[in-house]
Amino acid sequence: MGDRVSMRGPNWIELVGESFKKLNPLAMVRNPVMFVVEIGTAVVVWLTVRAHHAQSRQYDLWVSVILFFTILFANFAEAYAEARGRAQADFLRRTKSSTQAKLLRPDGTYTVVESHQLTRGARVLVEMGDLIPGDGVVVEGVGSVDESAITGESAPVVKAVEDSVTGGTRLLSDRLVVEITVNPGETFLDRMIALVEGAQRQKTPNEVALSALLGVLTLIFVLVVVTLVPIARYFGPRSTELATMVALLVCLIPTTIGALLSAIGIAGMNRVALINVVAKSGRAVEAAGDIDTIILDKTGTITIGNRMATEFLPVSGVSEAELAEAALIASLADTTPEGRSVVELALKVLRRERPPEVAGEPVPFSAHTRLSGIDLKDGRSLRKGAVSAILAIAPDHREEMERLAEAVAREGGTPLGVEADGHTLGVIRLKDIVKPGLRERFAQLRAMGIRTVMATGDNRITAEVIAREAGVDDFIAEAKPEDKIILIRQEQAGGKLVAMTGDGTNDAPALAQADVGLAMNSGTMAAKEAGNMIDLESNPTKLLDVVMVGKQLLITRGALTTFSIANDVAKYFAIIPAMFATVPTLRGLRHLNVMHLSTPHGAVLSALIFNALIIPALIPFAIRGVQYRAEPADRMLARNILHWGVLGVIIPFIGIWAIDRALGWLGLG
Amino acid sequence: MSLDAAASWVAVLAFFAVILKPVGRYMGRVFTGQRTLLDPVFSPLERRLWRWAGIDPQASMTAVQYGTALLATNALWAVFAYLALRAQSHLPFNPQHFPGLTPPLAFNTAVSFVTNTNWQAYAGENTLSYFSQFGVLGFLQWVSPAVGLAALAAFLRALAGRSLGNYFVDLTRAITRLLLPAAVVLAVVLAALGVPETLAAYVHLHPLSGGSTWLPRGPIASWEAIEHLGTNGGGFTAANSANPLENPSPLTNLLEIAAMGLFPVASFYAFGYVTGRPRAAWTLIAVAAAFYLAMLALAYFPEVAGNPVLNRLGLHGTANWVGKELRFGIGGSALFQASSLAFTTGSVNAAPDSMVPLSTLSLFLGLLLNMVFGGDGVGLLNFLMFVILTVFLLGLMVGRTPEFLGKKIETREVSLTALAFLVHPLLILGATALAVSLPAVHDTLNRGPQGLTEILYGFASTAANNGSAMGGLEAGAPFYLWATGVVMLIGRYVSILLLLLVGESLLAKKAVPESPGTMHTDTPLFGGALFGAILVLNALTFLPVMALGPVAETYLLGAHRLF
Repeated sequence: MGDRVSMRGPNWIELVGESFKKLNPLAMVRNPVMFVVEIGTAVVVWLTVRAHHAQSRQYDLWVSVILFFTILFANFAEAYAEARGRAQADFLRRTKSSTQAKLLRPDGTYTVVESHQLTRGARVLVEMGDLIPGDGVVVEGVGSVDESAITGESAPVVKAVEDSVTGGTRLLSDRLVVEITVNPGETFLDRMIALVEGAQRQKTPNEVALSALLGVLTLIFVLVVVTLVPIARYFGPRSTELATMVALLVCLIPTTIGALLSAIGIAGMNRVALINVVAKSGRAVEAAGDIDTIILDKTGTITIGNRMATEFLPVSGVSEAELAEAALIASLADTTPEGRSVVELALKVLRRERPPEVAGEPVPFSAHTRLSGIDLKDGRSLRKGAVSAILAIAPDHREEMERLAEAVAREGGTPLGVEADGHTLGVIRLKDIVKPGLRERFAQLRAMGIRTVMATGDNRITAEVIAREAGVDDFIAEAKPEDKIILIRQEQAGGKLVAMTGDGTNDAPALAQADVGLAMNSGTMAAKEAGNMIDLESNPTKLLDVVMVGKQLLITRGALTTFSIANDVAKYFAIIPAMFATVPTLRGLRHLNVMHLSTPHGAVLSALIFNALIIPALIPFAIRGVQYRAEPADRMLARNILHWGVLGVIIPFIGIWAIDRALGWLGLG
Repeated sequence: MSLDAAASWVAVLAFFAVILKPVGRYMGRVFTGQRTLLDPVFSPLERRLWRWAGIDPQASMTAVQYGTALLATNALWAVFAYLALRAQSHLPFNPQHFPGLTPPLAFNTAVSFVTNTNWQAYAGENTLSYFSQFGVLGFLQWVSPAVGLAALAAFLRALAGRSLGNYFVDLTRAITRLLLPAAVVLAVVLAALGVPETLAAYVHLHPLSGGSTWLPRGPIASWEAIEHLGTNGGGFTAANSANPLENPSPLTNLLEIAAMGLFPVASFYAFGYVTGRPRAAWTLIAVAAAFYLAMLALAYFPEVAGNPVLNRLGLHGTANWVGKELRFGIGGSALFQASSLAFTTGSVNAAPDSMVPLSTLSLFLGLLLNMVFGGDGVGLLNFLMFVILTVFLLGLMVGRTPEFLGKKIETREVSLTALAFLVHPLLILGATALAVSLPAVHDTLNRGPQGLTEILYGFASTAANNGSAMGGLEAGAPFYLWATGVVMLIGRYVSILLLLLVGESLLAKKAVPESPGTMHTDTPLFGGALFGAILVLNALTFLPVMALGPVAETYLLGAHRLF
């Protein structure tokens, strides 16, 4: 998926143009921190024009240039994040543009219209090779659809009546009649495009809270600097330079986070889109970081869809090879995944490469007999099926068979009896297989304090075994759809936030009730409407990735805010001794110049340059999110305080010192 | 460090360590309306009072109701105090026949005592009658700490998920269950140790040196008791606790320090008791104690090192004895000063203005942080304000919406808390900037950084509702009377009201259960981070003015320039 974005590198000229466009004060007001910088820049520019001495004009000019770049860098960060989103959106948009739809009339004929003219309820004909013109539900026909444009998965998917289809995918075979279910501009693609472009981005709750705090901090620093002017003039009318005051203000207000905040938000949404999830709102993504409990279906999510044969348990007097041989032949005609797994296991046990060639009459499975098997030409008859059904036709070894079956069931498996010519041979153990890697992911979630609950229709015993094997924290056995809602309500009543995945119509109420409901794109329309996110790849474990993205979004904001505030300490040590260097009474403050910056003006400029350069330096962190591990909160806190708080205090001391040296070499100090 | 200074530190710290748990637990019981030993005495009286006033003690108030009741009672007391001080000459118990106070002085004094500041722009012994001292200011010394304790009780209950409670009940219980019993004991002990307790007129003395003078006296022991237990700090006489009649011996000195810290320190433990999170309380205690120790050290060692200019001349021993009482020594003076500033009491036993500039930084630390245990009730409230801000800043870094005591900190709480944080610098920096900009005021200031320090100190002291002052400031000038009055009012009530709203907002939220994904606020890690965050947030706000005042003066002193 990564290639979607990289297929078109950022257009630097366009980005710079965009950064200039964003200088418009009317747009800037939305970001109070950078708006203050813009006003400050205007003040210093005015000072530069009005300056009486060449020397002070030169200084004022430098200050205004650096301030100007500070704003440009901030704008650039936002423009860059938006451009990345837009690149992705363009790709998506291309898949949906220029589609022509065959709009069916009631009489069965059709007219060709543009896809964006289709409204909810319209019925369209899709024929082999056509692009499906919009999101909808199949009402007639069966066909295979190539959904790779959306999911990246190349294998075609069969769509039949009541299946939902997505606009922009291509019908490979047959013909379908699709009822359009969304109005133009409301499709999932439209939502995704709006979200990644950041165009209609609404601030998420935590972002609003952080903005409020940054606003008040800015206000405090404005207050500090504005009052410092008269307070410093107490030592004489010429004890402050206005340009230096503006520089101090800009250095103090949290410009780093102020400049990157919006880029962080856009990039966060973009990361969600990159894992092929459509979030209907940024709020849902942020809520994913707060999730306490995840409810996952067993089948298809935690286990590979079907049970697999894992062991042959022969009755006494029968060898494992005999049982395997019988099971193998009985299953040759069985094309179900379970049947194939029996064949595979038998070949392994018998150390054979390929199944034998046999001639006979297959007996298909029926719900009535609960058996399947084969009647061979040589007169032998082999059956496998439910143990009780097998015992009904082959009553020997009844007790032993029942004992084996019970043992298998107790360990969470499903027993399958095998008989040949009226003699029972033994039992095949069928088991749910937990998807590889899930156990580790659940362990990670547990470390982060997220509880996983497995929902399954299986009985308690089976459920318990799978639950233990998968490493989930809890399970609900014999679960009915309403049990999920009850569980979600219970958890929510305890103050917890719950996430779940679902695809069926009967999942819809639970998806709506959950704080984060991830619907599968392959699911029904009702499920997709109810959830607040849709996974285009229909991979239920994607929920775990969404949680990670949500957490990383918050961590990135917190880390850069902490860094921004921690940086201020060094800037004070650069600017305070410098700003009062000309006041005789205050000359003692030069002792605070711990960085040994060479000249007062050089010190101010160095601090200001550092303040500006740190913005582009941190853009990669804002876009990719700060490094993040699955671990308990307190350990994560310790590491982030060290990385962003403690280093946030130290780094600017080194940075400002280095810039001052560099200015000295360039003769600008 | 001298032996008696070390011994007095140990004595004070040991006292707080010992009382912390029992008194804190008791305060917690009082805050949550549980039975206390004093119930048989006061409960019947209180019940009658509620019936008479038509108050249902069980009915909980909303934050707005609580705040309105708090403001209304305080306004009523302030108006009463103002009128009584203006009409002093027409009121009884005025044996010295003092005239009524001028409008600005009456305003300033009334506001000062209502807000628990006790900034004194007058000399008590030659301005106020017994009635004004005891009927008016004495009364306010009882109710003003009770208001702070009541606000804290409401906030703690909200944090604990109980109801906000009833203001009138909290106010009454704070007086009857906390202040009154402690004050009775302390007054008796102080009287036994030689502090006068009388209603007789001043003594007319004819000293051996000839001439004659008045020796002011009065019921000073009971005044001192509530002055310190209530973190009030307004002295009976202008010399405050430097006066031998208010604070005769090193022992009374320690007692007064213990008294002012009693409720502020113990309230931190009460926080743990009420919310059921003793570990969280210990974390806060450790952070506040670290700041307190830093203040003690910063107030003591520079004073012992003394004034480099005088030391160079070899005039006397190295320590800075200027403005100190010999009976307390450097140790006893520094300990009292630092404690009085930490607990925002504001009483003094030495002259803050005469301390070397470096040790005035210790006093500023108390005033600017305003949470080093702080005043009765409000100290912990201020601290919790910083805790909420820190939780929000750091909490984001663990990838969840930040939580404090199981409640999510969201836009409303962050905004209100941040505004509460804004108030303090706004008052101090704004008022100072205004004062130095007015030519009439500017001319009255001492020269150099010392003048700026004095004015900063005055507004920091009034904004923090501390009340101590540097003598160099012309506190009696009309500008200061009005300006400090306004600063005291805003500094006292705005943050209390904002925090009540925060408390109510947290109370309304569903509690989030704890998990390994929760950032714990009761760990050494969080304590360390909290200490750092408080230090950095305040340094960023106040470093420039501190550099221009005490820091610049320290360097000038090193360069042998005096002001």
